[in-house]
Amino acid sequence: MTEAVFYVLAACAVVTAFLCIVSRSVMAAVLWLTATMLSLAAIYVLLSAEFVAAIQVLVYAGAVMVLFLFVVMLLNLAHPTTDMRGPAAVATTVVIGGLLAIQLFALWRYSPDRLAREVAQAPQMADPAMLFSAGQLARDEAAARGVVGAVAAPLFQVYLVPFEITSILLLAAIVGAVVLAKRNI
Amino acid sequence: MHEPIAPLLGPALGLSAILFSLGVAGVLLRRNAIVLFVCIELMLNAVNLTFVALAQLHGASGQVMVFFVMTVAAAEAAVGLAIILAIFRHKQSVDLQNINLLRG
Repeated sequence: MTEAVFYVLAACAVVTAFLCIVSRSVMAAVLWLTATMLSLAAIYVLLSAEFVAAIQVLVYAGAVMVLFLFVVMLLNLAHPTTDMRGPAAVATTVVIGGLLAIQLFALWRYSPDRLAREVAQAPQMADPAMLFSAGQLARDEAAARGVVGAVAAPLFQVYLVPFEITSILLLAAIVGAVVLAKRNI
Repeated sequence: MHEPIAPLLGPALGLSAILFSLGVAGVLLRRNAIVLFVCIELMLNAVNLTFVALAQLHGASGQVMVFFVMTVAAAEAAVGLAIILAIFRHKQSVDLQNINLLRG
């Protein structure tokens, strides 16, 4: 049942992503990407990352996409005939994109069993549940403290310094965006 | 025989491969600067999916990484779109064919 839902959502994500990169209108591309992000948020729920799914909807499908839409509407672009590159670029895209897809797609074959075999280097008796106990620990933690608490504990303990550094990054981005978008530079 | 843990790991990694390759194809194929940014967001989302899929095995650290990726993506979108606005005021176009100041 879960897998059937996953495959439906995955098909939604792939189709909307494809329409996003081929649609002529910039507005349509942004809206198709929003649909992709909402499908991904649903997939995150299936992968037991509920808090990330909520943040995906709020921050990505909400804030970032609204920023894109604001800029698209602010620029008031003329409806272009097409902005696809020529046949040489299409050939390059097929080669590079195809090779990349094949390489990355090999990861499909990775299951926890296979990962456990390769990590333990034992051909028969590797139990992934024993080897990757961190996942089970995280699930127990989520059951005990809630999905937000399970993410908040590592975020504010192990990753405290990177977390503080992101605030400096955001401050720099705010200042940079304001300076760049000023009328006279 | 043990029961399977994380049954959706492989399919999720495959989906993220497809989405990342579509993002790369869009960057190579399109000339509109805003669509280019949209494709970069698509690639970042594919990477996030990989993090979340592997967090099933390796604990909540993967989900914490997703927050950092989202922060960087938001900052990148804000600064990038401000740059596009400045270029549009200067050139009246967001077509990358017309933006070749740094071409040798």
